[in-house]
Amino acid sequence: MEAGNGVLRLERLAKRYPTGDLALDGVDLDIPAGQVLALIGPSGAGKSTLIRCVNRLVEPTAGRVFLGEAEVTALGKRELRRARRRMGMIFQEYALVERLTVMENVLSGRLGYVGFWRSWLRRFPQADVEHALALLGRVGLEAMVDKRADALSGGQRQRVGIARALAQNPDILLVDEPTASLDPKTSRQIMRLLVELCVERRLAAVINIHDVQLAQMFAGRVVGLRAGRVVYDGPPEGLTARTLTDIYGEEDWSKTIRPDEGETLGEAAAAAHAAALRPVRLDRDRVEGQV
Amino acid sequence: MPLALEYDRHVWRKRAPRARLALWFGWLALAALTAWSWQVMTQDTIWSFVADAPRQARDIGARMVPPRWEYAARLWHPLWDTINIATLGTLLAIVFAVPVAFLAARNTTPSLALARPVALFVIVASRSINSLIWALLLVSILGPGLLAGIIAIALRSIGFIAKLLYEAMEEIDEHQVEAVAATGAGGAQVLAYGIVPQVMPAFAGISIFRWDINIRESTILGLVGAGGIGLQLEASLNVLAWNQVSLILLLIFGTVVASEWVSARVRRAIT
Repeated sequence: MEAGNGVLRLERLAKRYPTGDLALDGVDLDIPAGQVLALIGPSGAGKSTLIRCVNRLVEPTAGRVFLGEAEVTALGKRELRRARRRMGMIFQEYALVERLTVMENVLSGRLGYVGFWRSWLRRFPQADVEHALALLGRVGLEAMVDKRADALSGGQRQRVGIARALAQNPDILLVDEPTASLDPKTSRQIMRLLVELCVERRLAAVINIHDVQLAQMFAGRVVGLRAGRVVYDGPPEGLTARTLTDIYGEEDWSKTIRPDEGETLGEAAAAAHAAALRPVRLDRDRVEGQV
Repeated sequence: MPLALEYDRHVWRKRAPRARLALWFGWLALAALTAWSWQVMTQDTIWSFVADAPRQARDIGARMVPPRWEYAARLWHPLWDTINIATLGTLLAIVFAVPVAFLAARNTTPSLALARPVALFVIVASRSINSLIWALLLVSILGPGLLAGIIAIALRSIGFIAKLLYEAMEEIDEHQVEAVAATGAGGAQVLAYGIVPQVMPAFAGISIFRWDINIRESTILGLVGAGGIGLQLEASLNVLAWNQVSLILLLIFGTVVASEWVSARVRRAIT
């Protein structure tokens, strides 16, 4: 896919908070359909601000955001709501409506398509209900449909969050630290599920993540953000001690990038990358065995 | 500066010496104020009356027992009125308090500059006047009876319910609201899915708590002619029928215990 034809395009995107902090400082990005992009960077680098500026949960101060042909940053309230339907968002703390059931949470992904009274009376169209059930089956929660969200474990909640985002039938997923509240094993399962679903549906995704190894394992492209600027943009194999120093600052990175196992790491990243471009399921055991 | 160097040792105290001294004088001033206030408070007291108090209490107490049980037949209807005043008054208050709370909460108000101050004024106005005083006003406007009592209870409860509800609304988890907004939901849907489920337990708890308080308050509204069991209480007090007064007090006590039990059950069910 050529530059300029992406699902999502950011032009000189900038955000300065009222406190004076410059969270984003002229970010350009072009994300083609089906690409899984990991956004890495230290805390406060602007990762969360970036994805919140895309759907304007945070209003950018300058620059433009294009979703396909639509210029998101130029839309009025009503059109913005329409644009938001095409962007599924997944959160670090899951952000499920805790006192509603799993099914209600997944169906809330359809709110942009359904009128107020239908949603208030929970009379969603049959097609939406079937889609929601299929999604819950896909993420492995078919037995939890009527459970309340606050009765689930962290990994299960994040699966509901994923199903909710997919219920929107989005073109792109905006994912904010999906694994930061999860244990290492669940983190991998969630990342694997996300990447698989993106491949199945040819969905693009921007995934904020502070675990460099997870980013390398699962993303097809890595963008490093530091103080609101892009300081790295390339394949996961391109992350070296030098580039990580550019992103995070001086530190002993030899353990993170594992130079002695460089071969195997490259292989895992390449596998993840290839999987992100080819519609095949990741081989769970092989990837898990690598790490 | 709680950490100080004394004789080459680090000594740690909760407060610096100056703060300790200030605190000591603060307590001293409080003690002095209490002693002086006692003087002012008791200068009109006739001590022979106070000395007589135990005997008077024993006398009235003796006239109260046994309660005049057969009088109960004439109390069931006023008691039923009292419960209705409390219940209908609370329902009426809820109808008005919910919109006021939405206007008053920082995160849901349509306008911080206009709607919020108006809503806060409504809340303060309602809360600052006791329901007994509302009832006094309403009895002279509407005439005596149940309606005055219901409206008096409602007027007092609007502020109470709206205040607690809007505070609960301001304390919700904004991430859930953000997530619903991110799906492309409209304003009313964000309210219905992001905010309403989060404040439902608080709303139910507040309403049932106010109903519980209103049961108590409505028992005295009859004193000013606003209907209910208070009317019988006043009549019995006027004729010094202490054995009837004790029966009424017992009945009120029983009703309040029952309402406590109901509200405890409801609150346990909704969390």
